[in-house]
Amino acid sequence: MSDRNNATAALADVAAEPGVAKPDPILVADNVQRSFGGLHAVDVDHLEMQRGAITALIGPNGAGKTTLFNVLTGFDRGGSGDWRFEGKKMSRLPAHRVAHRGMVRTFQLTKALSRLTVLENLQLGATEQRGEEMFASVVRPLWRRQEREIIERADELLARFRLDHLRDEFAGTLSGGQRKLLELARALMVRPRMLMLDEPMAGVNPALTQSLLEHITDLRDEGTTICFVEHDMDMVMGTSDWVVCLAEGQVIAEGPPQAIGSNPAVIDAYLGKQHGAPPAEELTS
Amino acid sequence: MRALAVIALIALAVLAPGAALADEHEAVQGTITDPDGEPLADLTITANRDGAEVGSDTTDEEGEWEIELPEPGSYDVELDLDTLPEGLAPREVGGEVLSGVEVDEGQQRTLIFQIVPEDEQEDPATEPEEPAEEEEAPPEGAETDSDTGVPGETETDLETPVPPQHAPFHERLAQVLLNGLQYGGIIAIAAVGLSLVFGTTRLINFAHGELVTFGAIVAFFVNAAAAGPGLHLILAIVVAVIAGALLGGGLDRGLWRPLRMRRTGRINMFIISIGLALFLRHLLLVIYGSRPNSYAEYQIQSTISLGWAEITPRDLTILVVSVIVLFAVALMLQRTRIGTAIRAVSDNRDLAASSGINVNYVILVVWMLAGGLSAFGGVMFGLTEVVSWDMGFKLLLLMFAGIILGGLGSAYGAMVGSFVVGIVAHLSTLWFPPELWNAWALLVLIVVLIVRPQGILGRKERVG
Amino acid sequence: MDYSSILTSGVYGALGPVAIGYVLAAIGLNIHFGYTGLLNFGQVAFMLVGAYGVAISVSTFGLSMWVGVLVGILAAAVLALILGIPALRLRSDYLAISTIAAGEVLRLFYRSSVAEPLTGGVYGLQRFGDELLDLNPVPPGIYEVGPLAFTARDVWLMSVGWGLVALVVIVVYLLIHSPWGRVIRAIREDEEAARSLGKNVYAYKLQSLVLGGVIGALGGMVFTIHQQSAHPDGFDPVVTFFLYTMLVLGGAGRVLGPVLGGLLFWFLMLSFDAFLRELMATGYIPPEILVPSDVGALRLALVGLGLLLLMAFRPQGILGNRREMVLDVR
Repeated sequence: MSDRNNATAALADVAAEPGVAKPDPILVADNVQRSFGGLHAVDVDHLEMQRGAITALIGPNGAGKTTLFNVLTGFDRGGSGDWRFEGKKMSRLPAHRVAHRGMVRTFQLTKALSRLTVLENLQLGATEQRGEEMFASVVRPLWRRQEREIIERADELLARFRLDHLRDEFAGTLSGGQRKLLELARALMVRPRMLMLDEPMAGVNPALTQSLLEHITDLRDEGTTICFVEHDMDMVMGTSDWVVCLAEGQVIAEGPPQAIGSNPAVIDAYLGKQHGAPPAEELTS
Repeated sequence: MRALAVIALIALAVLAPGAALADEHEAVQGTITDPDGEPLADLTITANRDGAEVGSDTTDEEGEWEIELPEPGSYDVELDLDTLPEGLAPREVGGEVLSGVEVDEGQQRTLIFQIVPEDEQEDPATEPEEPAEEEEAPPEGAETDSDTGVPGETETDLETPVPPQHAPFHERLAQVLLNGLQYGGIIAIAAVGLSLVFGTTRLINFAHGELVTFGAIVAFFVNAAAAGPGLHLILAIVVAVIAGALLGGGLDRGLWRPLRMRRTGRINMFIISIGLALFLRHLLLVIYGSRPNSYAEYQIQSTISLGWAEITPRDLTILVVSVIVLFAVALMLQRTRIGTAIRAVSDNRDLAASSGINVNYVILVVWMLAGGLSAFGGVMFGLTEVVSWDMGFKLLLLMFAGIILGGLGSAYGAMVGSFVVGIVAHLSTLWFPPELWNAWALLVLIVVLIVRPQGILGRKERVG
Repeated sequence: MDYSSILTSGVYGALGPVAIGYVLAAIGLNIHFGYTGLLNFGQVAFMLVGAYGVAISVSTFGLSMWVGVLVGILAAAVLALILGIPALRLRSDYLAISTIAAGEVLRLFYRSSVAEPLTGGVYGLQRFGDELLDLNPVPPGIYEVGPLAFTARDVWLMSVGWGLVALVVIVVYLLIHSPWGRVIRAIREDEEAARSLGKNVYAYKLQSLVLGGVIGALGGMVFTIHQQSAHPDGFDPVVTFFLYTMLVLGGAGRVLGPVLGGLLFWFLMLSFDAFLRELMATGYIPPEILVPSDVGALRLALVGLGLLLLMAFRPQGILGNRREMVLDVR
């Protein structure tokens, strides 16, 4: 299903080697490090991510994918290094400021706000809400119009993700797959320029996986940059424009999906860590 | 709709408000007791207005008196000194007259005449003070039956030796350090259990103080109560520790385990432990009474000198025994199978369960250990001070301070932290009034939270 | 058995000044615990600084009571900042322990001889509410409503007190049903999710702590002004536990939960009290088993048991929603 799209085309001439420069990077990271008690969980020299592309971050368990995610998005502030988002320095910014800059993440274990309704979950995503200031919140006329606009936008997204029939249910009652959709829709309410999805397909049934993947490629086609962590190679092949492979905290390979699938370093990393787990047909395709 | 109904209810309440019983007259009243808290009967009290007597009463067997007043206003109330038994006197010279007592409409105002032994009477000329009095005992009655709230009582009486102010500073320092170590040892013994429970179940058990009180009271009943068997204190300690372990184990089996099985949330568990604490504490109050008591043995001892500081053999024994017990607990955690299992469950409960450890059994053992240790700490605490129904709650906050100082969830940290708390409390008496010593220990807790939230021994990692 | 006197004691208790003060404090606690999920176990500290803000201003410095009210509010806000700035960055357990400790530190300090020139030490402070009493527009006399009777002073103070409760309830309703309320409820559910959506969680928690603390301070003022007396030992840690019981009884995270819970709590407390005393007076309970001085303790034991059972079997309280409660995953 991955027709040659703009992003793939733009990356066609980029060499498949770790730390390679991209034609139009949205995120540039240098010397990102994070260690836990002497163990280097993340140690990335240089990494760029192309604007408007889907970049997959793969690697065996414990490779540091989620840790890198946490550091970049400000959720783990114990890391060091420099990273720039859209040319502006973003290292060591607190998580909520990162989100304001337009880089919004989701979580491996979905965080539905259980005792808020599905609609409220989405409403929460909207930024720059006047009614979120304590004093203004008591004066309804100050934010009533904005609230209506937010609800309109939320309803559109709910319809798009086919959650509209659940609009007024508590989010805690949703199934695992519905929660993933909800989280994605909620993240979109922030109007992100880049979405960071942590294992978006984990624990989702195959039918829903397909629709999730379509949503993700659609978002890319509408201009949102996407980076997702995945550890199942299957998902990565069809969807991503570029693949970065981490092992033991370092970038050991990057390139277009096909190249990565046959990259000996990647096969080694997977085989070494997983004792022959990677599906052979994927690696040879 | 429900909201509307309740709003209507409030509206009704606004229209028909009320608090005090309006059909009662203005009155002054009170209870007079001797310095030991025993009621004093047959004392005469008169109320005067503009020099004219408006009423008088004589205290009954309970020491109670009440004078009804004709109307709101300002009265002088006088205790007849001639009716006071020999050797007793008002706390202050002239304290037998409370002048200018304002009584509002419908108010029954409670007045307190403080009686002290004659030789302890204070002269207000040297220490000016308001007349001792208390307005309307608050009806919420959080402590109506206890003796707290009576003016003049200090929060914790220092019973341990305090060197005279004129002693050289190094001697005073040595003395408070020694006292602090001993106090810290008691806190540590009680706090280790709290810390182990937190480590294995993530429960902050607000009812832990009651386990301490329970132990002290059980020991009192078998040791010194009139109706008890009058066992020697050492045997009483054994009984108390066994009873404490059983109570701890019983609480786990009867309450906490079922709650864990029902997957009750952690925060709900906190609040349940608060309910349990209130329940146990006041049950103990009903059974034991509000009067503090002492054990039969080891009460009056002369101190022995350790160079700069001195200590009674009793307190020295307590210090040594606490350290031995703490070492024993540490050894158990390090060297025995169950100790290893406890540490494994504390580290990662799921991992421990999947590697074949019977988590419920381990937690039961931890609760029994906590119950037994707390009971032991309770007896030690009762020995150095007195046995009272709320002693455990007083100690609870210091235990919290100890385990936070040491790093939440680490048993060894709890031990070290508790010693720090004990020492800080006593050290503060060098410069500040002893009534505030517990406040200083708690203040240290707050300061530590600001500068080093992971505790003294905790690893430097972000906690939130 | 005199049932009507038992019931009237309960009603007096539920409508009285202590109930009003506690209801206000519980509304504040509801913002902390019920909506933001903050474990504040030291709400009594806010009541204490509020009450003493008035008492010290008037009795010690001879200022106007209204200045005192402002001082009390300010003191509560400052206390919230001092506690919140360090503790809100940490895990919730730490806030619980540091708030309960702060409450005790303050109580011990206010009752100490060091603070006596300011606070009256263990004797407390008296007669600082005259300005409010002087405003009483109700003509003197006794007002009877069925078996209940109130003095003009009571009618006035109750009206002011419950009026204040109504006002605070309205403000809280508006706050909670606004985007601001949505954010703090989201924080209660999952801080990290709120953070990932660009909300400054720390700032919101701090706002919540200050707001609930100030409401708690108002509660402390109400009943001490009514009693015209402030005593440090009226601000025991047990007070906070009462507030939790009221809140859980009525329903945490419901605007009217603390109001309903408070009314019911005080009604039950005082009618139980009267009931037991009646049983003793009429000889149904012989003095060998219980004496009148045990009633207070027994009543508190029952509060504890009630809180325990409520939390175990009906954590959503009266107004809560079972379906919503099972989603509580904290």
